[in-house]
Amino acid sequence: MQEESLGVTRRDLLSLIGAMAGSAAMYHAMTSLGFAAESRYQGAVKLEGDPKGASVLILGAGLAGMTAALELRTAGYQVQVLEFNKRAGGRNWTIRGGDTYTELGGATQNCDFQPGLYLNPGPWRIPYHHRALLDYCRRLNVVLEPFVQLNHNAYLHSSRAFGGAPQRIRAVKADLQGHVSELLAKVAQQGKLDEALTREDQEILLQALRSWGALDGDYRYSASLFSSQFRGYATPPGGGLAAMPAPSEPVALSDILKSQLWRYLRNFSSYNFQSTMFQPVGGMDSIGKAFAREIGDIIRFNAKVTKIQQNDRGVTVSYVDTTTPSIQNSVTADWCVCTIPLSILSQIPLDVGPAMQAAVEAVPYAGSVKVGLQFKRRFWEEDDAIYGGISYTDLPIRQIAYPNTGYNHSGRGVLLGAYLFENPNAYEFTAMAPNERVARAVEFGAAIHPQYKSEFENGIAVAWHRVPFTLGCSGEWSEDARKQHYANLCQIDGRIVLAGEHASTLPAWQEGAILSALDAITRLHQRVVKI
Amino acid sequence: MTRRGELRCWALMLAGLLALMASGAAAQEGQRTFSSGYRFVEMSGEELYNNICRGCHMGDAKGSTGAGSYPSLAANPNLESTGYPITLVVHGRRAMPPFGGMMSDAQVAAVVNYLRTHFGNNYSDMVTAQDVSEARR
Repeated sequence: MQEESLGVTRRDLLSLIGAMAGSAAMYHAMTSLGFAAESRYQGAVKLEGDPKGASVLILGAGLAGMTAALELRTAGYQVQVLEFNKRAGGRNWTIRGGDTYTELGGATQNCDFQPGLYLNPGPWRIPYHHRALLDYCRRLNVVLEPFVQLNHNAYLHSSRAFGGAPQRIRAVKADLQGHVSELLAKVAQQGKLDEALTREDQEILLQALRSWGALDGDYRYSASLFSSQFRGYATPPGGGLAAMPAPSEPVALSDILKSQLWRYLRNFSSYNFQSTMFQPVGGMDSIGKAFAREIGDIIRFNAKVTKIQQNDRGVTVSYVDTTTPSIQNSVTADWCVCTIPLSILSQIPLDVGPAMQAAVEAVPYAGSVKVGLQFKRRFWEEDDAIYGGISYTDLPIRQIAYPNTGYNHSGRGVLLGAYLFENPNAYEFTAMAPNERVARAVEFGAAIHPQYKSEFENGIAVAWHRVPFTLGCSGEWSEDARKQHYANLCQIDGRIVLAGEHASTLPAWQEGAILSALDAITRLHQRVVKI
Repeated sequence: MTRRGELRCWALMLAGLLALMASGAAAQEGQRTFSSGYRFVEMSGEELYNNICRGCHMGDAKGSTGAGSYPSLAANPNLESTGYPITLVVHGRRAMPPFGGMMSDAQVAAVVNYLRTHFGNNYSDMVTAQDVSEARR
């Protein structure tokens, strides 16, 4: 945040506004001054003015397309949607037992998960500041539950440290904080911070380090019942005669540093992954289904778009029904909101100017792979006391994520056994047959949970470059491409405007898809009512 | 994402673990190589093709089609000029990701040479790491 060199500080100004105009005005002022802004979402979109029966054709029934369809229809437009799949939702997708999925190349997987268990192959978590998505969930009655990003009792694992033994996140975090605090306290006590801090501030710093780093009375990070409150006990407190707890021994700083396990801690502190996160109860596709309950009647499924033309009177889109692909169909409308991923749109003849066409061709699509694994029992809970959350590893599976629902039940459970995103392993796993992806996930995961070997039952693997309706996970904008092409991608070109996560600065997030759709239809509507 | 380019290969460890695999189907590809950093560890053209390119262009290099298509590289006249495939691998094109940051000059040359001599492509002029280095500029 840039500091402004005003004669009056922002805090002074806010106090003044608060005193004079009340808290609502103060909140508004805070937001416009850059504080308190958790989201670019301005609340339910208001498309005021009569579109006079104008028609809009929407391409794609993912969250962007369905947001546009819902709001434009409410505003009085005649709306139709074309969708390639035989279901609504797009990347908002959940795979359950009984589902069949055929990827590009023809490999078909039959999901054998027990009823109630599922994999979200695409988006799987919702940050609290994704206010647009949360608002649609509220309006469409999608029930949410917490998604656990940080579970202190999950693991950090390096195949090259601690003899390959996974370490509890709790202990790695406490030991790093403790040792760093001890070092900094030592430096402060040696007077080496005298130039940076006043004496008084150094005293407060020492108190803060003791509190944050669990230091003892001598500002040392040592085995004690106090440090064990953070990193865990050798023997935890109990009841009765033998109840006395015993402290655990911290791991040496050098070992923590060399293990590289500290690098995973940012996954718990960055803005996108801070508590509270959410997931829809029963699977992410609850959101797509909720939208489809509202506007499913105007979606034509199995429609593969083959050409998008426009002139000064309207838009004509050619498509084939994938069940009868030899017959060309076309549909016309006054306007078009196109949410087709750029991986596909860049291959479709499209009547737009060279600037938008160049933008459409400027964005590569990320590789990503998820593998869901069903086990006979929830051993991660029963044996390891891991209830939800994520373990991170340097093995090619990168993550093991535990289900954030159905806790503490006996019986089967489904883990996310691998989650790869835009790294070499994502490509390597994509290049395998689905059954090999599953087998490799089991094999690597067994290094962290040896129970895999006896408890594994079946699995399913989705590699996003092989997904027929996207040919990739999400738009992977480079900084240069953003500068050169992003504005051109988002401009209305004649009667066509694009929307989707690729037309947002929240790539791969559902929030980006929705915000981009709201922005696109707001601008489109302004143009329509002006005509 | 760290781009430290540490090169390490899991093949040896995997060889031991193969015996433990739950599904015999996984053995069909034999021993596999996995990268651990941001750069691919596969070195030969065949291995690079099978572990990376095959993801989209498929085992027979004929590509595939859904809502959009991955082009066929089999008997593809675009491969006649060496510059075209080098540029595509290094810089990407449209939705195809650029691999220049994840592969060395020698790796790009190896996979281009493999493509140009397999799948019905018979171009005998080999590209070199030097050619790739020049294409990066």
